[in-house]
Amino acid sequence: MATPLIELREVTKRFPGVLANDRVSLSLHPGEIVALLGENGAGKSTLMNVVYGLLDADGGEILVDGSPMHIRSPRHAIDLGIGMVHQHFMLVPPLTVTENIVLGNEPTRAGAIDFRAAREAVREISRRYGLAVDPDAVVRDLPVGTQQRVEILKALYRGARVLILDEPTAVLTPQEVRELFAVVRSLVAEGLSVVFITHKLEEVMSVADRVVVMRDGRVVGETRPADTDTAGLARMMVGREVIFRVEKKPATCGDTVLEIDDLHVLDERKLEAVRGVSFSICAGEVVALAGVSGNGQTELVEALTGLRKVKSGSMRLKGTDITHAHARETIEAGLSHVPEDRHRRGLVLEFDLMENTILGDHRLKPFASHGVLDFRSIAEVTRRRIADYDVRTPSEKVKASALSGGNQQKLVLARELGRDPDLLVAAQPTRGLDVGAIEFVHNQILAERDRGKAVLLISLELEEVQTLADRILVIFEGRIVREFAAGEASDEELGYYMTGAGGDKLAETIEEVGADDGRTDG
Amino acid sequence: MAGPTVKPPRVATGALLREFMVPVVSVAIAILISSVIILLAGFDPIAAFAAMLKGSFGGGRQIGETMLRATPLMFTGLAVAYGFRAGLFNIGAEGQLFMGGLSAAFLGIALAGMPRPLNIVLMIVAGAAIGAAWAFIPALLKAKVGAHEVITTMMFTFIGRYLVSWLVTGPLRADGQIPQTERLPVESTLPRMHEVLPFLAQSRAHLGFVVGVLLALFIWWVLKYTSLGYESRAVGFNPWASETGGISVPATTIKALCISGALAGLAGVTEVMGVHLRLFDQFSAGFGFTGIAVALLAKNNPIGVIAAAILFGALSAGAGTMQLEAEVPAKVIFIIQALIIFLVAAEQLARWVIRKGGRQEVEHAG
Ligand SMILES: Nc1ncnc2c1ncn2[C@@H]1O[C@H](COP(=O)(O)OP(=O)(O)OP(=O)(O)O)[C@@H](O)[C@H]1O
Ligand SMILES: [Mg+2]
Repeated sequence: MATPLIELREVTKRFPGVLANDRVSLSLHPGEIVALLGENGAGKSTLMNVVYGLLDADGGEILVDGSPMHIRSPRHAIDLGIGMVHQHFMLVPPLTVTENIVLGNEPTRAGAIDFRAAREAVREISRRYGLAVDPDAVVRDLPVGTQQRVEILKALYRGARVLILDEPTAVLTPQEVRELFAVVRSLVAEGLSVVFITHKLEEVMSVADRVVVMRDGRVVGETRPADTDTAGLARMMVGREVIFRVEKKPATCGDTVLEIDDLHVLDERKLEAVRGVSFSICAGEVVALAGVSGNGQTELVEALTGLRKVKSGSMRLKGTDITHAHARETIEAGLSHVPEDRHRRGLVLEFDLMENTILGDHRLKPFASHGVLDFRSIAEVTRRRIADYDVRTPSEKVKASALSGGNQQKLVLARELGRDPDLLVAAQPTRGLDVGAIEFVHNQILAERDRGKAVLLISLELEEVQTLADRILVIFEGRIVREFAAGEASDEELGYYMTGAGGDKLAETIEEVGADDGRTDG
Repeated sequence: MAGPTVKPPRVATGALLREFMVPVVSVAIAILISSVIILLAGFDPIAAFAAMLKGSFGGGRQIGETMLRATPLMFTGLAVAYGFRAGLFNIGAEGQLFMGGLSAAFLGIALAGMPRPLNIVLMIVAGAAIGAAWAFIPALLKAKVGAHEVITTMMFTFIGRYLVSWLVTGPLRADGQIPQTERLPVESTLPRMHEVLPFLAQSRAHLGFVVGVLLALFIWWVLKYTSLGYESRAVGFNPWASETGGISVPATTIKALCISGALAGLAGVTEVMGVHLRLFDQFSAGFGFTGIAVALLAKNNPIGVIAAAILFGALSAGAGTMQLEAEVPAKVIFIIQALIIFLVAAEQLARWVIRKGGRQEVEHAG
């Protein structure tokens, strides 16, 4: 075999109290897609951060094109042809696509940035790899999937031969995932190599050439999609047989918990994002809001949780009017909120796990009395939640920023479910979780339901919607366009309404859905 | 969007030690560079720093002088540090300090003849309240319309300073050549430290130092162990998550800036009650601004503020002796102060010296 582009030999990385990478060896060949698979906290991101020069290994060596290299910084990694797209993008929102891409590497002419050359260069790469994007669009206005493309273009512009993608599909809609895979395939066709971190086993099966599985910081196995199936992959990840089964009894609908009536909400640009939404949720019921992102879900959730002003309409939680309530009042009224962006809204990354555990309850017993925090009971509750939710951490005293992405999410879930709410508003609750953790969280959500709680689920994952929901509301352009009972609609039908069936986009949409189905099946 | 940024580690004790090392190393480098400057200017740096040490810690009187000069910096350092913890840059501590001083000069006369303990308590409480009030309008503007506190607190500093200038030259002016207020009666002043600690000899160090130390410990406790401090820090770190957790960002902003203003007000109160015993135009040597440097050096840790204030106090107390005995211009002290500030601000440099280019502290990206 030819010399690998990158070869890791016995790479070891320690954090205080954690052996994040334990003598990991791995090689990456030209034109290859390697999927990196493993439970939350297995050490995947850490390993790739070492390769990208963000972290210094404590042992082992990295060979680039066969010669040992000490990758000192991301800049050095880029010079060596290694690019990385993090799960949390690092673009500058007010700048244009071109400006973001050339930032730090601007073509200049007579000392000034040559924007014409820059735009041309961006056009050229985007044509070459089939990454359609408007070079003059402002990044802030782009959907997540397109922002991700800009990140990829940025790496390619800097001459990446190896592209590392850390959970690239976690924030994408199924449609965007398909587009991403098409791009990835065209990249390897051009001779690039891709390392791909994901928790979605079907994605691994459909796109990877080779799968490397990590557990507890070690590589525990390697296989090819042709030689295994999703159950086999799960077994390798967890180290035992896993049966993915979520027990769901039929719902028993009790009193009405949430009642939303003709709700209108404006977005940042003062445009109406929610245009007359009405629905209710009863005790013991999971209602899912299905929709392509950017159709008013975020604004609806923010209005409901007291984070955004309501233009008109009303909301009642267990009879209490919460139309104009602040977040604190909604919490007091019995609402829990799992925000879709855990870094922005879910956690204070600089706070330790104890401080994050009490966020929202930090004025209440047993965490505080007379305004003084009681760290003994805070530590006790935190330790219990860490154990219940299997948050992998050396102790409750580490900062939330030191947890792996999935474990951060588990911490948020532990807090919000631990509050024993009457209404749980969960936006993308399993984003970034491994298969085992997803199963656990799904069972928790259903257990809440069976204890007579109401749940509003907002998810881009149709599978999750289908698994959990008793009722599915399809939202499109700020309106609820269709309602289904559990099991009534197929994924295709949901997708059809999610993309605006009945509107003028109809014909176009059907065509698109059809074409995409052909691609995944084939 | 949060990406991998270099963050100080907080987990292991080793990491904690390193965290503490950064300011220490910054100071050491500043002294080193100053030595070179002194040398280049044709003086003997060792003699200079020896004289400085002698002038700041060489005996009871000198130690007292260091305490005296550290006192206002402790209050303004705490003020700025508390603001920073809540994500606010109270650049206007100087103005709040002036208002605190004004209230002490006024009340001290008005309360003449009352028992001393009562006067001390009343004047301290009133000064803190005035300082808070002086920060309240900028706080309100920040909370309601988003006006940046750097601009507004600075404007209020001008207003406060000119108000005092006018009052001491006009309505509150005492008889005599110099524009200043009347001298406070003894029952409206803070006791000198040497009354309890004879060791401090005839220094002018006063009770304000003890108040400052106790207050620093108290603020440390508030930040770490109360809901109020928790909310301040949460908003300082991540206002969006705070909001989601039911914390009112505007209310917390107002509270934090007012607390900051109260602390700065106390600097003015103690200067008037303990040192000058009256108010005049120049009663503060820019303590509000030096407080920013103190907070930076202390990394906004209240306990660290005590140490940083004492360091700056010692630098200023020793400057005279340095000039006298080593014949180095006292202005060199300004260079050292500026260097410390510069190095603390350019903290990465100190970090790099501590562990050559290590990159452990990457905020988690996945
Ligand atoms: N900056 C850090 N400081 C301390 N510990 C860390 C840090 N970053 C990661 N860790 C620890 O290292 C281990 C591996 O984390 P890593 O982020 O690599 O996991 P991962 O496989 O990417 O998980 P996930 O699927 O949840 O993203 C975890 O136990 C985590 O707590
Ligand atoms: Mg990760």
